[in-house]
Amino acid sequence: MSERAEQFPLHRRDVAKTLLQARDDMLIVTGLGSTNWDFTAAGDQPRIFPLWGAMGGAVPIGLGLALAQPHKRVMVATGDGEMLMGIGALATVAVNAPKNLAICVFDNERYGETGMQTTHTASVTDLALTAKGLGIQDADTITDETSLKAHLDTITGADGPIFRVIKVRAEKLDFVLPSKDGVHLKNRFRANLLGEGAL
Amino acid sequence: MEWADDIYAAFKDAGINQVAYVPDAGHKRLINACIADNDIQTVSLTTEEEGVAVSAGAWLGGDKCVLLMQSSGVGNCINMLSLTETCRFPFVTFVTMRGQWHEFNPWQMPMGTTTKLALETAGLLVDEVDDPNDVGPRAAAALHKAFVGAQSTALLLGQRLVPVKTFGK
Repeated sequence: MSERAEQFPLHRRDVAKTLLQARDDMLIVTGLGSTNWDFTAAGDQPRIFPLWGAMGGAVPIGLGLALAQPHKRVMVATGDGEMLMGIGALATVAVNAPKNLAICVFDNERYGETGMQTTHTASVTDLALTAKGLGIQDADTITDETSLKAHLDTITGADGPIFRVIKVRAEKLDFVLPSKDGVHLKNRFRANLLGEGAL
Repeated sequence: MEWADDIYAAFKDAGINQVAYVPDAGHKRLINACIADNDIQTVSLTTEEEGVAVSAGAWLGGDKCVLLMQSSGVGNCINMLSLTETCRFPFVTFVTMRGQWHEFNPWQMPMGTTTKLALETAGLLVDEVDDPNDVGPRAAAALHKAFVGAQSTALLLGQRLVPVKTFGK
């Protein structure tokens, strides 16, 4: 069993803060579960839609949103476990090729919410290679601060779909929880994007 | 299969601008009409549950999406439907039925005979139709229930509506 993830230099909370601050008008979908806590810690706000369930749904939600809002930048930030559960959605994204969609997988090679059991990325699975195989040509892996900075403009602005695996340290962190009320999360997102008339 | 044109007309009346689907013989005519329409973005899925999530994302962005699938795909959607139920997304799906009428494939029976129960258990309002003349009005009612009445809803299109499949046997 690989323990390498405990030595990865990037800390997920710092990565979330960097991505959130990189562009203040991105629409963001965060997947169950640690990426929710990371982005809530970085600054909970209406333009973020966090998932408390629906595992495997982060990418296709981002796709529907990106197609509905072609002039807005959409970013999906999710974990390796959540991504693996809905991996076929990457082929669906590739076929539809939304230029405004970026997918960032915070890959700590662990299932964080169930006791830090290893995911398949800890041993044999390469998610960037998988994304390429499923048709997302602009796919790469980020492993340190320098490389994260070098990829920021691409994640926030380049023609997509963009797929980035960000290897982050396997570490247990305090929970920083967003609202669990799905109706509230949906309504605040729509009101912020479409105006109060959308409620 | 002209009933498919009535569903398409209902889509246009309701302002549907995304249609997510898994390729399906029963929905072929409707899917092709949607693909040919520049005001509708069609999303071909690898599995039906993606379509539940695409619908939610579309609504977050101000679009109206419909999911087209076959009864066998309903089972794939169950956990993802927690998204529409918990957040009260106005989800709507049109399901072509198998396992009902001159079914030749026993593997279609388990989902085909439990589709309505499964969807209702997941919290959807379910309507059924097998009269081709009634498809248009029921399609319009399902779309109204979702996008005006803010309910999750499914319309089951009975197997009698689609040509009998035999694989030459």
